[in-house]
Amino acid sequence: MSEALEVTLRSVGVLAAFLVLPLLVGQAEHKVMAHMQGRLGPMYAGGFHGWAQLVADGVKFVQKEDITPTAADRGVFRFAPAVALVPYLVAMAVIPLSPDVVAADVPASAVFVLAVTAVGILGTLMAGWASANKYSLLGAMRAAAQLLSYELPLVLAVASVCLAAGSLSLSGIAAAWSPWWLLWQAPGALVFLVAGVAELQRPPFDMPVADAEIVFGAYTEYTGLRFAFFLLAEYAGIVVMSLLFAVLYLGGWQGPFADQVGWLWTLLKGLVVAVLIIWLRVAWPRLREDQLQHLAWIVLVPLALAQLAITGVWVVATA
Amino acid sequence: MSDPARRQTSGGALPGLLKGLATTARTLGRPTHTAEYPDAPPHLPPRSRGVIALLEENCTSCMLCARECPDWCIYIDSHKETIPASTPGGRERQRNVLDRFAIDFSLCMYCGICIEVCPFDALHWSPEFEYSELDIRDLLHEKDRLGEWMPTVPPPPALDPGSAEPAEIAAINKPARAPRAAGAPTTARPARKVSPQPEAET
Repeated sequence: MSEALEVTLRSVGVLAAFLVLPLLVGQAEHKVMAHMQGRLGPMYAGGFHGWAQLVADGVKFVQKEDITPTAADRGVFRFAPAVALVPYLVAMAVIPLSPDVVAADVPASAVFVLAVTAVGILGTLMAGWASANKYSLLGAMRAAAQLLSYELPLVLAVASVCLAAGSLSLSGIAAAWSPWWLLWQAPGALVFLVAGVAELQRPPFDMPVADAEIVFGAYTEYTGLRFAFFLLAEYAGIVVMSLLFAVLYLGGWQGPFADQVGWLWTLLKGLVVAVLIIWLRVAWPRLREDQLQHLAWIVLVPLALAQLAITGVWVVATA
Repeated sequence: MSDPARRQTSGGALPGLLKGLATTARTLGRPTHTAEYPDAPPHLPPRSRGVIALLEENCTSCMLCARECPDWCIYIDSHKETIPASTPGGRERQRNVLDRFAIDFSLCMYCGICIEVCPFDALHWSPEFEYSELDIRDLLHEKDRLGEWMPTVPPPPALDPGSAEPAEIAAINKPARAPRAAGAPTTARPARKVSPQPEAET
């Protein structure tokens, strides 16, 4: 009985984090992006500097009509947002904020997170294919090509960290982390960050939703709550990638008073990474489709392989 | 990016990327440019053309504005009123009395020709602009509403240094004419040049 209660509590905790953290990141994006462009951003919703803007957006999305195009593959079309959203919810469950604050401490959580986040692309593919819209299909194809290209450097970069820590568990990796990694794993961190942003289809890697070219890619035909789910998936993705970066490359909960406020350190580091991802969106223009593939295969994969080799040599030499 | 000529001019990809980051970070630290309009009054340029105000006392119903208006958005109704002679045996005079002066701001294109053409300065630009309506027909404003905007008209801009005196000030400064003697005989009046013929007959 107590076990069932614990499972319920942990699930509710993950769900709460899943609903709150993406909104925090979204609000940070609203405000940071606005100020980087000399604007104020939302100022009215909620009274104080528009803190409730995303809540208001959510209410608005709920009120919108839920349209399924006549030509669409109805079942797949309606199911796609869930496929895009749920993987990030599952991924969030295994990311440790501190050795104690983790919903499910599974043994090979690094592999698990990578596998689960890769499922998210299926949602985009399903949405694009089922929409019966040429722009949606183009967007889905772009997304598939992009995610296939960037999955490889992402996995290679994580493999290097796992090799260095001698563990496939995120908790184990963060525990084995030392400040020396900041230098030693820097190329891998760079590869992970770039590939992570590309995985999220965030600018400058947002060709799948390039609104100037293909309307809104795979999400063109979506309205109301289902569209909101795709947006929520994007921001949940930022949270997952940021926390993952913090745990893998920035030592997670390691810092002063780690015993008491370790989870806060992880969240803080994750927030810094999230702001960096937002910053990249503001500062840089979108890559072209060929430049994207060029970057993945000519730059990132060799860099990740070199990092893996360096890590391997170091681990063998010091073993 | 791989084009060597372009790399020379732009200095490669990395400096450009860093410059983008630096620019946005610098802007983040600076005050924003957003004008919080409904909460803070806007900074309008002087003499901005918000709405046309009417100084009713100056209007002689001459209809010049209504006739010059390119889209015929000014409506004027007037009637003539006889003013009794001010002196016994004097001549009665007639003057125009303005009954209705209305500007349809749904038609007005804010060209300002009516203001330019008014010989008596009855029309003025006011910077007031918050007079939107929910129904387009409510944009037809009568003279009382046009008159309410008169206090918002800014004073005229200062004259350029070294320019001539304004006409009204020059008129006041001119030495007064010597007043005519009260009981002077009419024969003492000098003969008018305009109509010498009847004068000679009497």
